[in-house]
Amino acid sequence: MTQVSMTVNGKPVSGEVEGRTLLADYLREDLRLTGTHIGCDTSQCGACVVHVNGKAVKACTMFAAEAEGAEVTTIEGMANPDGSLNTIQQAFQDHHGLQCGFCTPGMVMSAAALLEENPKPTEAEIRDYLEGNICRCTGYHNIVKAIMAASGQDVSAIAAE
Amino acid sequence: MYAFDIERPTRIADAVKLLSDSSESQPLGGGQTLIPTLKQRLAMPERLVSLTAIPEMQGVCKSDAGELCIGGATTHATVAAEAGDYPALAALAANIGDPAVRNRGTIGGSLANNDPSACYPAAALGSGATIITNAREIAADDYFQGMFTTALDEGEIITEVRFPVPEAANYQKFDQPASRFALTGVFVARFADGVRVAITGASEEGVFRWSEAEEALSKDFSADAIAGLSLSGDGMISDLHGSGDYRAHLAKVLTGRAVSAAG
Ligand SMILES: Cc1cc2nc3c(=O)[nH]c(=O)nc-3n(C[C@H](O)[C@H](O)[C@H](O)COP(=O)(O)OP(=O)(O)OC[C@H]3O[C@@H](n4cnc5c(N)ncnc54)[C@H](O)[C@@H]3O)c2cc1C
Ligand code: FES
Ligand code: FES
Repeated sequence: MTQVSMTVNGKPVSGEVEGRTLLADYLREDLRLTGTHIGCDTSQCGACVVHVNGKAVKACTMFAAEAEGAEVTTIEGMANPDGSLNTIQQAFQDHHGLQCGFCTPGMVMSAAALLEENPKPTEAEIRDYLEGNICRCTGYHNIVKAIMAASGQDVSAIAAE
Repeated sequence: MYAFDIERPTRIADAVKLLSDSSESQPLGGGQTLIPTLKQRLAMPERLVSLTAIPEMQGVCKSDAGELCIGGATTHATVAAEAGDYPALAALAANIGDPAVRNRGTIGGSLANNDPSACYPAAALGSGATIITNAREIAADDYFQGMFTTALDEGEIITEVRFPVPEAANYQKFDQPASRFALTGVFVARFADGVRVAITGASEEGVFRWSEAEEALSKDFSADAIAGLSLSGDGMISDLHGSGDYRAHLAKVLTGRAVSAAG
């Protein structure tokens, strides 16, 4: 067992993990932060995306021990301090960017990383950035629209095809 | 996964020592290939030695000879952002997998793995790069030895990769949309003394140089110069995504596109 310490959603946490403990399992099983979803466990779907030191990573394909000393943000850390949805989350609700919601934590985390890098992405840039986030429900259209809206851009041009 | 310990040394010398202590130790780069392998119980190390906490193995810089030097544990995202002196290489890194894979996956891990459909092997062979390990320097022409096989010895780690910067270069990746690897990819680089063409995602032997195309393009750097050439589908990967003949054809089409794009 290894001792790990990191900051998760602004709070210092520490615990004992095995070498093989995935960051996703540490977050879900030990910290009970079950908003980080495991869809595939094979780095294909992106449901487990969290931020480690500000970068989007797949928590199913990183060991908890590798996050030693890191700042980790999960979907639970995304809402506004008063508990209301943040701009991206609210835009997903307003534009029907989710149906079953399984992929949504990963979509929101990827969207947040994208907007951090590129505050006004084009539709093509959004689609490209979401290449590693798979949604089996929405057909992506409203997800793209929600991210456009969250970036403060006009979405009327994105017609429902 | 079977159980193992993880060590996170901060110096190359310590990593090498941890790897030589026990034959059951294995280096861990970004884990984007190794972790899925461990999950399938296809590997059974007792100890993983993470290379991502070693500052000497991070980052992109330029040597006095004008070569681009990339630390062995530098992520694809960092290469995409910082290899502006070699735009074709930065663009290749920016198109590997997806953003989350690029934030973890490393150049050393990619070259050590030598997946027959990976992108970096094409860049390294196409540029005539030098693979630098804790023990020696290996020319790309000697490094790649067939699918998933390289010149690396057990416990030897890639600490740096040095790329000569060509006058013009381009990488054309034909995406395999399910894996997000290259179905086939071609890297073309024009140097003052000739052209190099490296093809990935096609041969069962892994990345290779297409010498006929190199010869033709060294005389005349235009897509027309290779119009009369063809690659055989024999020995090319055939799977449900494409037959060997299809990949051979694609390799030629992509070579032409890379030449046109390199200008
Ligand atoms: C969804 C997805 C899409 C991908 N798409 C692409 C793509 O389009 N193109 C592409 O090229 N790749 C792609 N990859 C692979 C990705 O680039 C990996 O990052 C890379 O192949 C392995 O690098 P790593 O740093 O993650 O290595 P790891 O997974 O940590 O290690 C891989 C192997 O290399 C060894 N190793 C690691 N680092 C070193 C080192 N410095 N020296 C010696 N040995 C070392 C390990 O022991 C292991 O055997 C994709 C991966 C995923 C999950
Ligand atoms: S659960 Fe991590 S990518 Fe699917
Ligand atoms: S909303 Fe159901 S998977 Fe995306």
